[in-house]
Amino acid sequence: MMDHLSTSPTTAEQVFAEDLSRRHRTARTMAVIFQASTIFGIIVLLTLMYNIINSSFGLVAWQYRVPPETLAAGVPLEELPKEELLRILKERVSANVLRRLDREKPLTARSEQELYALVMERVVQPKIVKTWSLVDSIFRRREIMQEVARDYPDAHLRFRSWLNARFLTSPQSSRPELAGVRTAILGSLWTVLITILFAFPLGVGAAIYLEEYASDNWLNRIIQTNINNLAGVPSIIYGMLGLAIFVRAMEPITSGIWFGAAEPATANGRTVLSAGLTLGLLVLPLIIINAQEAIRAVPNSLRQASYGLGATKWQTIWHHVLPNALPGILTGTILSISRAIGETAPLVVVGASTFITVDPSGPFSKFTTLPIQIYQWTSRPQDEFRNLAAAASIVLMILLLSLNASAVLLRQRARRRIRG
Amino acid sequence: MKIGAPGTGPSAGLSTSTTLPMAQLYKRPRIREAVIQAVLFLCGVLSILITAGIVYELGKESLRFFTTDLWESTNKPLAVSVDASAELLEVGPAGAALRAGDIIRLDGEEMRVESVQDNIIRVVRGVRGTTPAPHQAGAEIFRSDRVSLVEFFTGTQWIPQIGRFGILPLVNATLMTSTIAMLVALPLGLAIAIYLSEYANERARSILKPIMEVLAGIPTVVYGYFALTFMTPLLRTIFGRDIVEVYNTASAGIVIGILVLPLVSSMSEDALNAVPRSLREAAYALGATKLETALKVVVPAALSGIAAAFIVAISRAIGETMIVAIAAGAGPNLTFNPFQPAETMTGHIVRISGGDLSYDSIDYNSIFAIGLVLFFMTLLLNIISQRIVRRFREVYE
Repeated sequence: MMDHLSTSPTTAEQVFAEDLSRRHRTARTMAVIFQASTIFGIIVLLTLMYNIINSSFGLVAWQYRVPPETLAAGVPLEELPKEELLRILKERVSANVLRRLDREKPLTARSEQELYALVMERVVQPKIVKTWSLVDSIFRRREIMQEVARDYPDAHLRFRSWLNARFLTSPQSSRPELAGVRTAILGSLWTVLITILFAFPLGVGAAIYLEEYASDNWLNRIIQTNINNLAGVPSIIYGMLGLAIFVRAMEPITSGIWFGAAEPATANGRTVLSAGLTLGLLVLPLIIINAQEAIRAVPNSLRQASYGLGATKWQTIWHHVLPNALPGILTGTILSISRAIGETAPLVVVGASTFITVDPSGPFSKFTTLPIQIYQWTSRPQDEFRNLAAAASIVLMILLLSLNASAVLLRQRARRRIRG
Repeated sequence: MKIGAPGTGPSAGLSTSTTLPMAQLYKRPRIREAVIQAVLFLCGVLSILITAGIVYELGKESLRFFTTDLWESTNKPLAVSVDASAELLEVGPAGAALRAGDIIRLDGEEMRVESVQDNIIRVVRGVRGTTPAPHQAGAEIFRSDRVSLVEFFTGTQWIPQIGRFGILPLVNATLMTSTIAMLVALPLGLAIAIYLSEYANERARSILKPIMEVLAGIPTVVYGYFALTFMTPLLRTIFGRDIVEVYNTASAGIVIGILVLPLVSSMSEDALNAVPRSLREAAYALGATKLETALKVVVPAALSGIAAAFIVAISRAIGETMIVAIAAGAGPNLTFNPFQPAETMTGHIVRISGGDLSYDSIDYNSIFAIGLVLFFMTLLLNIISQRIVRRFREVYE
């Protein structure tokens, strides 16, 4: 009965079979292509990390202008008492420079560490002559040692991790050997603190209004659309807005003159306060949108139960909705903080200082931040600055990764709580 | 016995309240609630103030930019001395040609040219608040050259020192970096999204999604460093050191593409995941392969979300600043060669404002005009993306 099927298949079936195998082949090829695209993402991330780590560790050859051993017979420079350091400074540094340093901050009032840093910078003057990447330092070590012996006979050669404790605690310096990111980190922390103090209450307040109180009329729809649009505005525009409003128009307030906290001669609006407020404007839409989603996720039954027991609207929100939405709100806030820490362009426009060595001491100080430091170091042509930029990038990424990881943990804990 | 009278009901002895006011059943006005609501409303309105502030500030400074006089010397000195009231001036034959409508300046006085005949010009004295004064023969005549909108949008040179303010080199560089970025990010992002939503199992997804999130969280400065120290040498090795310059738009564009890749892939993946399983199951039931289902059924169904993702990515790429500031070059340059340096709009703004320019110079005000153009470009793109999502979103059941 099935004779006609067991004989040779009809042309239609033949065509179908060929076509089917072609389709399967295409499907397999494309599947490989899709998979390769994801591998591309992994490769990019690994390449980026390799590039940065490669520049952050390596052999360094340097020379001293005045070897530290000759300054204080036998005693290592770090252990000299303050009077000895002051004596060395007075002997070796010109009177003009001494006077200028004294005006910045009296030499006798400086700590031992600060005097040691000055001696290193002004007298010993270590100068890096060449650096090598990590890969080179490991695989071509012998060649490098020969090259140094040949070209730089006076130089010391040592394996250096550009990212070390001294890097984190030294202030900015024009000499790459002594430069550190302390001023930058403190500037970043101060700026972000002001950003959060400004944006968190306003953002959560706006989110509460939009989710709980706002009826569906034209004004509220405009507000919502407006917030969504603001989230997509390039960050540099916020910088220009901050420049126009906080730095220029509100200069008496942001420079601290109004509060009597700054000298009118050198103060201007380019302070930590302006920077924090500008970044606050930038992250405000993000906080609002995230908080809105968190509040929306609170089940309505909770609110209804609260109303049923006679609570007012604000009591319901304050005692029930907000605590329930808090993990989501905090997640959004942490993501906004990490966005704000990584921002460079708006702060350059607002006017981060190109070179300051004094730590920021309050909201009215001049400032620089870690990303801006990385930008400045990257823009210099010398190799040593590339190494510094790489080390600073590692610091920045560790900071951001820990922030993001805590946000993810918070999000998981929130999900677990809602589920069970 | 009256109900409710004190001392009579079952709780007599405990109750001390007066008669229940049964008629007053309206809500007690709570002032605190109203105040709180007002405060929260103000928080919401703040966002409108921000947008208004952006437009106002950018517009005000841009207006100042377009109305600043650039006085250029005409090399045409006054031929005959005049007093403060003369309306006809005789000028030298050489130099730039004066036209009716020009505003000229002699010493401190500004005049408007009404008509020109050979070497005699008829002027209106003392315009724009200046007072007429006598002028000596040989006094230099300066002509006001304001930046017109036409010159701004169609000029091909941006050289502030000689008064050329054509934005096309900057816009061209922006479009070039964004195009290169899209060529990298769109195909790869869509491919990754299709893989993650259609092909990947749980384990692959749990590895890939955190990697994408890490890529998305890397600050743009670090990407800029990567572009300068890795991508540019890579391109130079591939294409030759004499073809690819140290600063070029290609490496900046590629790295911007890597920057927006997580954005495209996560938004596209959300769109693909939103397509209900029933559509896929129906396609499988009709004998389609996985690829055909993905490309011919799921992607078209999620098209609005994917298009929105593309547009958001383009908008992000246009607004990107630090990568181009570090890797793309520091001088406006109208070129279509991606291996040459060219400054984009954002890079220019950062360079000018990071330098030491005084607040009211025309260079400084020009960045606000550029910023205004940038703001409207990204605003337009964002509005388009929202419109697309709203209009073309497929509604299932």
